[in-house]
Amino acid sequence: MTTIDPKSPAAEGAPADRYLEYSAIDTGYRAVRWHEKTLYEQSRPGSTNAILPAVEKGIVDAVGDVVAALPAAARRARPPEMPELSEPEILRHYIRCSQMTYGYDSGNSMGLGTCTMKYSPRINEQLAALPEVKALHPLQPEETIQGILEIMYGMRNWLCELAGMDEVTFQPRGGGHGAFTDACMIRAYHHARGEDFRDEIITCAVSHPCNPATASAAGFKVISLYPDEVTGELGIDALRAAISDRTAGIMMTAPYDTGVFDSQIAEYARLVHEAGGVVSLDQANFNGVMTRMRAGDLGADMVHFNLHKTFSTPHGSYGPGAGAVAVKKAFRDFLPVPVVEFDGSRYHLNSDLSNSIGKVGTFMGMVPNVVKAYAWVLAMGAEGLREASEWAVINNNYLIKKLLEVRGLDISWPNRRKLQEARFSLAKLHDETGVGTLDFNYRLADFGVQTYFESHVPRIVPEPVTPEPTESISKEDVDQFVAAFHHISAEAYSNPEIVLTAPHRSIVHREIHDYENLTQVPFTWRVWKRTHPDG
Amino acid sequence: MSERSGGAGPTAGAASTEPGGGPDAGVATRRRIGLIVNPLAGIGGRVGLKGSDGAETVALALALGAVPMAGARAAETLRLLAEGAAPGGLRGHLPGGHSPEIDLATYPGEMGEVVAREAGFVPTVLGSIQTGATTGADTRQAAEDLLSWGADLLLFAGGDGTARDVFAAVGGRVPVVGIPAGVKIHSGVFAVNPRRAAELVTEFLAGRAGLEDREVMDIDEDLFRAGIVSARLFGYMRMPYRRALVQGAKSGNPGGPSTLRDVAFGVLAEMDRDPGAYWILGPGTTVKAVAHELGIEKTLLGVDLLHRGRLVAVDVNEAQLLAFLARKPESVRARLVVTVIGGQGYLFGRGNQQLSPAVIRAVGREGVVVAATLDKLHALGGPLLVDTGDAECDAYLSGHIKVVTGEVDRVVWRVTA
Amino acid sequence: MSAGLVHRYIPNTAPGVREQMLAEIGVGSVDEIYEEIPAELRFAGRLDLQQEPRSEADVAREITAILGKNRTTDDLLSFLGAGCWPHYAPALVAEVMGRSEFLTAYGGIEVNDHGRFLAVFEYQSMMGDLLEMDVVAAAVYDGTTASGDAIHMASRITGRKELVLPRLMDPDRLSALLNYNGPWFTPVFVEFDPATGLMDLADLTAKLSDRTAAVYLENPTYLGTVETQAAEISRIAHAAGALLIAHVNPASLGVLAPPGQYDADIACGDGQPLGLPISCGGARLGVLACKNEVRFVHTLPMTMVGILPTTVPGERAYTWHALFDRIFYGEREAARSFSGTSSFLNAIGAGVYMALLGPSGMVDLGTANMQKAAYAARRIGGLQGVKAPVFAGPHFNEFVVDFSGTGKSAAEVNAALLERGILGGKDVTKEFPALGAAALYCVTENHTQSEIDRLVDAIGEVTR
Repeated sequence: MTTIDPKSPAAEGAPADRYLEYSAIDTGYRAVRWHEKTLYEQSRPGSTNAILPAVEKGIVDAVGDVVAALPAAARRARPPEMPELSEPEILRHYIRCSQMTYGYDSGNSMGLGTCTMKYSPRINEQLAALPEVKALHPLQPEETIQGILEIMYGMRNWLCELAGMDEVTFQPRGGGHGAFTDACMIRAYHHARGEDFRDEIITCAVSHPCNPATASAAGFKVISLYPDEVTGELGIDALRAAISDRTAGIMMTAPYDTGVFDSQIAEYARLVHEAGGVVSLDQANFNGVMTRMRAGDLGADMVHFNLHKTFSTPHGSYGPGAGAVAVKKAFRDFLPVPVVEFDGSRYHLNSDLSNSIGKVGTFMGMVPNVVKAYAWVLAMGAEGLREASEWAVINNNYLIKKLLEVRGLDISWPNRRKLQEARFSLAKLHDETGVGTLDFNYRLADFGVQTYFESHVPRIVPEPVTPEPTESISKEDVDQFVAAFHHISAEAYSNPEIVLTAPHRSIVHREIHDYENLTQVPFTWRVWKRTHPDG
Repeated sequence: MSERSGGAGPTAGAASTEPGGGPDAGVATRRRIGLIVNPLAGIGGRVGLKGSDGAETVALALALGAVPMAGARAAETLRLLAEGAAPGGLRGHLPGGHSPEIDLATYPGEMGEVVAREAGFVPTVLGSIQTGATTGADTRQAAEDLLSWGADLLLFAGGDGTARDVFAAVGGRVPVVGIPAGVKIHSGVFAVNPRRAAELVTEFLAGRAGLEDREVMDIDEDLFRAGIVSARLFGYMRMPYRRALVQGAKSGNPGGPSTLRDVAFGVLAEMDRDPGAYWILGPGTTVKAVAHELGIEKTLLGVDLLHRGRLVAVDVNEAQLLAFLARKPESVRARLVVTVIGGQGYLFGRGNQQLSPAVIRAVGREGVVVAATLDKLHALGGPLLVDTGDAECDAYLSGHIKVVTGEVDRVVWRVTA
Repeated sequence: MSAGLVHRYIPNTAPGVREQMLAEIGVGSVDEIYEEIPAELRFAGRLDLQQEPRSEADVAREITAILGKNRTTDDLLSFLGAGCWPHYAPALVAEVMGRSEFLTAYGGIEVNDHGRFLAVFEYQSMMGDLLEMDVVAAAVYDGTTASGDAIHMASRITGRKELVLPRLMDPDRLSALLNYNGPWFTPVFVEFDPATGLMDLADLTAKLSDRTAAVYLENPTYLGTVETQAAEISRIAHAAGALLIAHVNPASLGVLAPPGQYDADIACGDGQPLGLPISCGGARLGVLACKNEVRFVHTLPMTMVGILPTTVPGERAYTWHALFDRIFYGEREAARSFSGTSSFLNAIGAGVYMALLGPSGMVDLGTANMQKAAYAARRIGGLQGVKAPVFAGPHFNEFVVDFSGTGKSAAEVNAALLERGILGGKDVTKEFPALGAAALYCVTENHTQSEIDRLVDAIGEVTR
C-alpha cells in the first residue's frame, strides 16, 4: 500500500518524524491514507438523487398536500442540514472510507483477542442475501416462512447438541444481550419460586464485562471473584465466601479470557445449585473447545453463544452480531418468545410459554445471521468443528511459544497451558524502557497488521496484550505477528522514541484526550461546526 | 433495587476522582513543583536499623557504613521529569506540545538542589541547611517554604518519617507525591518506584490524574526495633493517582466505577439488611464517607459506635469497646466496618489497634464488613493483610472475604497474615 | 482424530503443518493441551450432528432448497409493517455494506480503522441533523433496546421511580422495556383519546408527579397516527421536572417535527426504514440520541465516535477510543447495561441512505409515505362495512382497519387475501380487542397506486 495524498497535513507526520531517521521508522508498510473530507465538507447545495419513485398523480390529486395539512407544531420547521452530493461522489467517499478500514479480510487480525476473528465465508453472505431471507417479513403467516423456520430449528438442534442443552432462543442480538437474557431468566426463575430476595449474582474478573453489567442491569448486586495468582482459577474457598442465602446464580466462563480452563468449574456449579442458585455459562470463548466440552455437562442451566464469533458470521464493523441462548429443559418455560417448534411435518412459532420473560428485543432476532451460522456448521460438520477448535488451540500455543522469546514480554499464569488465547504482559518492557502496551500497540499499526486487544477491565495483568489466533490464522500469520513484536521490542530497548511517538505509517497519529468531559467532544457535525467555525 | 440507585448521576460525589490541578487543555503553561529530598532517609535500612529517625540513629547508621539512597532515587524521578518535555521522556503518556513546563523550587544542597541541577533543572533555591546534619525540622520548614512559594505539588523523597514531617507542615493543603526512599513505607502517599512517581507528576501536571486522600502512617521505631509493630494513623494527604485499569486512555468521566460515595452506598445497603445491629466504625476516609452519607460526622482517625443511624460513642479505645460489647443485649448483634489502611493493605493491626483480637472475636468474622474502592484493591496487587499480634486471630481472619466496592459491587479478596 | 482433514476455511490443515507446529510447541498431540480440561468434563461421545464437512456447492444447494419453501414479499404483495417497514433499498446501500472491509472489521482502533469511524461519525451527524439532536450514539441493537436505554438514562439522571408511557404501545416492545427497566421503574400508563388514539393530555397531567422520571412518547405511534401534541406533551413533562423521551421513525423526519424541535431530552428509534431490508426482522439499527449535557452524555450506555485532536496539529482523529470507559467495557456492573457489539454496519448503511436522499429526498420520502398511506386508508375506508382509518387525524405510513362491519374477523380477511397473493396488515385483534376486528396496514413510498388499488379490490372481494 502507498500514500495517496502526500500533500495532506497528516502525511507530514508527527513532529517526531522529522528528527527520527527515516530508515529507523520505515517498516516497508504504509497504510492507505486518503485525505478524505467529510460528506459535509464536500457538499454541493442543490445536488439531489432521484432514488425514490414519484408519487402518482392519481394519489396526489386524491389526498392533496397532506404535509401542509399537518398542524404547524407537528411539522418540521426547517429542512435538515444534511450534505447534498451526487451518487458517484457518495460512493467514492465510502469506498475511500472502506480502504481506510482494516477488516478481517484485509490482512492479519489475530491481535484482536476475545473477538474470535475468523473467516466469514462469502457463500453464507450470498445465501443470506437471497430474497427468501431478505424479503421476508417477520409477521408473515407460518405457512409462508417454513424454510426459514426449518433453518432456525436445525440450528437450534445443532446448538442443543453442542451445548448439551434442550432449547434455544435466537432473539438476543449479541453476546451482551445474551447474557442479559440469562440474567432476566434467572430473575424470573426465582420470582416464580417466591424467592425474590435472591439478589446477588456471582461472576468473575476474567470474563467479559457484560456478565457483571447485565446482571446489574437486571437488578442484581454483583460479586466478582478474582483468579488465584498461582492457578488462575477462582477457587472453592473464594466461591464459598461469595455464596449466601441471597445467591441468585453464577455467571461463569470457560475457558476464561486468559485462556485458562478452570478445572473446578463443575464443582462451582454444584455449590451454587446446592445454595439454590442458577448457573449460567458465557461461551464467548467457545472456539477452542467445540465438541470437546459441553456447557450442560459442566452443570450449566443456560449458556450463550456469539454467532458472530464462534460461528463465523461477520463482525460488521461492530455488529450486527447475533446471540443464541440455550437452556436446560427446566428453563425452557422462561425463554423469550417465540420459540420454534416442529410437529414432525410443519414448523411453528410458539409464543405461549407460561413463565416466559416475554421479549428482550424485536421479532425473532438477527435471523440472517442464523442462516449464515447454519451454513457454516453445514460446511464444517462435526469433524470440521473439532478440527477448527484444535487449530485455534494449536495456533495459540505455537504463538505462546514464539512470543515468549520476545524481550520484555511475559505471560500470565505461566504454569498453565492455555486454550484459545492467552494474556501476555509488557510490564517488564515498560519498567525497563518506559514503553507501555499502548505505545507498543500504536507501533504495531506501522507493520501492516491489526492492533491487538489489550484487556478487558479490571486489568489484573499489567500492560496487557491479548491476541487470539483462530483456526483461520496460518502459521505464516503467526510468524509475521511475532516478528513485528521482536522488532518493536528491539526498538524499545535501543531507540524507544520510535515507539513512544508511533504510529508513523498508519492512517492517523495518536489521539489526544484533552477534554474534561464528553460534552467537549463533537459527536456530530452540527456540534463540530458550532465549535469550529473556521473548520 | 436500592432506594439510592440513580439519584445524583455519575458526576456527583466523586471525592476520590476530581480532576487534578492541571492546566487548560492544549495550553502550555508553567507549573510549580516543590522538591524535598530527605538525604538521610533510608540509611538505616541497609545496616539493619529499621528506620532512620533521630540523630543518634543517623549517626549510628553512618558509622556502620550506610550510604544515603534518597538522592539517587529522587534523581531518577527528576531525570524522567526533565525528559518529559523532550523526546524520549514520558511522551508515551503525554504527547508533545502539551507538556506544561516545570518551574522547580527546592532546598539547598543535598535536600534537592544537587539532584535538580544534575537532572537539568535550574531550580529556585529556598532556605538554608546545615550540610550533613539535616533534620525533620528542615523537612518541615522546606515544606512550608515551598507552599508559600506557590507549589502546585510537593515531590518528596523519603520514608514514613519524612511523610509525617511534610504532613505536619502542610497537612492537606497541597497534593504530594512521595518517592519511596525510606526503610518504613507504611504510608499511602508513595509511588511504587521513582519511575511511577515521575509518571504521576506528569499526569497530574497535564490534568489527567485524579486526587485522592492517602494515609500518613508511621511506626514507633523504638518499639519496631524491639520487635513490636505499632503503626499509627496520623492523617491524610492528597495524592494524584492514575486509573491504570481503564480501557485505552483517559476516561473523561468525572465519576469512576468505584468512588467512595458508591462504596458508602454499598455499606449502607449492608446496614439496611441488619438494621438493629450496633455498628462499630473503624478509622479512615472510606468509613468516614459511609457516616457522611448517613449525615453523621465521624472521627477520621478514631473508632466510633453507631446504633440505628446515630452515633452513640466516638473515638473509643479497646477497653471501652469491650465494655460496651459485654453490656449490650445478647439478641443485638455487633457489626464492624473496616477499610484497608495504608499502602500495604492492612485490614487489622495498622492504625486501628483499638480493634483488637478480643473485639474481633466478639463481633465474629461474619460480622465484619470490609469496604474499599476497587482502585485501592487493585493497587495492592496482593492479598489483604492482618497483623493483630495474635496468630490465632490472624488465622481466624485469613481466607477469602467479601469486600464492598460499590453500591451493587462486591468482590471476594484473599486475606493473609 | 481428524488429523487428515484438509478444510478450505483452515489454512493450516495443509499436510505437514500440524506435525511441525506441535513439535515447536513440544507436545505429541493436541490432546495433551486439552488435558487442561478435567477428564470427567471432556466430552467423549458422538454428537448427533452431520459428521463430515460439505463442499460449498453442497451447502449452497441444500440451503437454497430449504429457503425455497418460503414465500417472499417479492412474490406476495405485502402490507405488513408494525415495526418492520418495507421501504425501497437503494443499490448503493447494499454495495457499501457489502464492502469486505466494513463487513469484517471489528475491534481495531482509529490508526487502522479510521474509515469506518468516519463513516459512523457521518451516520451520527446526519441522524443528529434529522433528529435535531447534538449527540447520537454509534448504534444500539434495535429500536426497542434503544427505548430501553433511553429510559435507563432517565432513571440514572433523575433518580425517580415512575415512567409514564402511552397505553397504545406495541405489547412486544412494552414487554422488552419491562424486562430492561422493571427493576428501576413502576410503569404508569396514560389513556388515549378514543377518537384519535393520541395521548389524553388531561390524563397525562393527572399522572405526572415529582416521582415521574420521564414521559415516553412514540411518534408516529405504534398504530400509525402522528402524535400532533408532542410539543404540548414536552411542555407538560418538563413542567413536572420530568424528562421527555421521544421514540421516532427516522423516515418520517423530513416532514414531521423532529424531537429536537419539541425539546425532547432523549430521542430513540429504529433506523431500519433507512434503506435496510426487512430480512425477517433481522436488520435493525438502534438509534439513540440526547442533548449535549454532561448528565445525558455521561449516562448514554453506548459508545459514540467523536473527533479528537492528534499529535499532529490540525489532524482529526475519528475515534471511539475515548468512550469505552463509560460503558460496561470500562465500568462493568456500574454501567448497568447490555449493549456490546451492536449494529455499526447498519449505521453505515443508513448513513449511505441519508447521504443519497439528502434533505430534499428525506422530505420526498416523508411526503410520499403520508400521501400513499392516506390514499390507501381513504380507499379502504370507502368499502362497505370497513372502517379505515379507525383513528382520526394524520397518519404516517400505517393505519388501523376495522372489519367488524363486514362480519369477518381480521384473521379471516388475511387468510382470504393470502389466497389472492396478498399479505394483509398485522392482526391486532388480540393486542387491542377494543378496536374490533382490527388490522394494522402499512403503505410506503414503495407501494404503487395500482398495488394499493389491487389491495382495495381484494379486500372488497373477500369482505363482500
